[in-house]
Amino acid sequence: MSDAVIIRSLRKVYGTAPVAALEALDLTVAEGEFFGMLGPNGAGKTTTIGILTTRVRATAGDALVAGASVSREPSSVCHRIGVVPQRPNPDRGLSVIENLIFHAAYFGVARAEATRRSQQLLERLGIAEKKDAKVDQLSGGQQQRLMIARALTHDPGVLFLDEPTVGLDPQARHALWDILRELHRQGRTIIMTTHYMEEADQLCDRLAILDHGKLLALDTPVNLKAKAPGDTLVEVSFDGDASKVKADIDGISKSEARGNLLRVFSRRGGEIIPALIAAGEAQGLTVTDIHISRPSLETLFISLTGRKLT
Amino acid sequence: MTATVSPARVFSAILLRDVTVARRELPYFLIRTTLQPILFVIVFGFLMPRMGLIPRNFTTMMIPGIVALSLALSAFQSVALPMVADFGFTKEIEDRLLAPIPTPLVAIEKIVAGLLQGMVAAIFVLPVARLIMGPIPGLTFGNLPLLLLVTLLSGAAFSAMGLFLGTAIAPQQIGLMFSVILAPMIMFGCTYYPWAGLRRVPAMQYVVLVDPLVYVSEGMRSALTPSVPHMSLLVIFAALVAICAVFIWLGLRSFRRRAIT
Repeated sequence: MSDAVIIRSLRKVYGTAPVAALEALDLTVAEGEFFGMLGPNGAGKTTTIGILTTRVRATAGDALVAGASVSREPSSVCHRIGVVPQRPNPDRGLSVIENLIFHAAYFGVARAEATRRSQQLLERLGIAEKKDAKVDQLSGGQQQRLMIARALTHDPGVLFLDEPTVGLDPQARHALWDILRELHRQGRTIIMTTHYMEEADQLCDRLAILDHGKLLALDTPVNLKAKAPGDTLVEVSFDGDASKVKADIDGISKSEARGNLLRVFSRRGGEIIPALIAAGEAQGLTVTDIHISRPSLETLFISLTGRKLT
Repeated sequence: MTATVSPARVFSAILLRDVTVARRELPYFLIRTTLQPILFVIVFGFLMPRMGLIPRNFTTMMIPGIVALSLALSAFQSVALPMVADFGFTKEIEDRLLAPIPTPLVAIEKIVAGLLQGMVAAIFVLPVARLIMGPIPGLTFGNLPLLLLVTLLSGAAFSAMGLFLGTAIAPQQIGLMFSVILAPMIMFGCTYYPWAGLRRVPAMQYVVLVDPLVYVSEGMRSALTPSVPHMSLLVIFAALVAICAVFIWLGLRSFRRRAIT
């Protein structure tokens, strides 16, 4: 299997910003792979997608998308990719189906063929009954589907989606997941950014976890979950400074205090909770909240970055 | 995967999109860009001459200026306003920036679309003004090639200026752009009086030379009412070509900065 995307030492610094948005990123995505980029806002996901889709110029390094260099052959890259933006940006001067027909024309698809494809895509994405409507008459979920339809009109080999389910209700989100799974089954390469753990876990073959422009982990969701430290993440909130609490309790692999919150990774699950409460009381602190998370991408992310994803 | 596609084909598809949208919005477009010149024609070309406050032959001075103003203003607005919206909040132009065509050609397409819309406005205003003002002594269409050349250069110059300002200014500064840039440009653009007439105020005659609209008005005068004193064709063309070149360069540069970060 050949590679759909090859990223080599990619670096991006915006203007005179003191920190790089992306720091020497190296990645390869295989053809037909459903690849996810996971990270909080500012992690460098959107910058990476921006560079791969030719809209952001890399400060250093290069990337090949479907065999073409994003810096030297941007038009060739554009021709081979479909892009679904973070916020739907349909052409409001045109009707729903015209959005697709004109987009296809921008890629050299003849009118009759463009009309046929557009009709077919609208049906496949369940918005055919809106084909002559103005785009403003579509709901948020329908606009997002229109964006996916638009990205597919020129039959691209690689599909990029930047946080495609942000702002969608759970029903629309699951409907979108089904669409993406079907596109993946057809053999299309999909590269998606998200900050929803569940979404990444459910859909992606492989995941890159990014933070502050750096690649922190790269593996299948199953392997990543196995790498999550400890068995269980226990978060205990106190009514005062949690750093005073001495968490040197048997079974704790790692502990960290942030304000009133104490985070510990426990090898003995919730069994350590009474000891934690007692340790707090010893410092005159009362517990206000307790939260237990089983090993997941979320607990891995917290252990890697020290903060929550959402 | 589809085979590669020529930039010319992508360019015409993008232009067809703008023409399609502009055709649908034609009535609103004409009202937005030609109402002001037409109101001016009613007051200064119809009412005041009949009151005896303005000599009747004033219409000869005015008609080329009105056509120039409509052409320049519509070409400018047709590009500047969508650019402010597209890059400022709707991001609608993204689908064209992702088309397989070099980014500068997307910007050039905008200039061409603006030029076409400017021409439509000028062609609409001319007969309307003639209808309101009555017969205009000295108005001639005897030099069509000159008229066409002046129109193309002027339309391109103002369309490119629209590209530059539309991509360079923030959405919240549009109001400021109209009052600080456009209003003085219109008043001192020799639209309502010939440049030669300013020789009574010599300082002003030189100051207005920085106003690009002056050369459009004078160019229209040389083509439509050659009997009225006007600048030499050499100066007019040299200025229009220079203005075109400068604003196309500035416009492309500014567009690129907004399109690729």
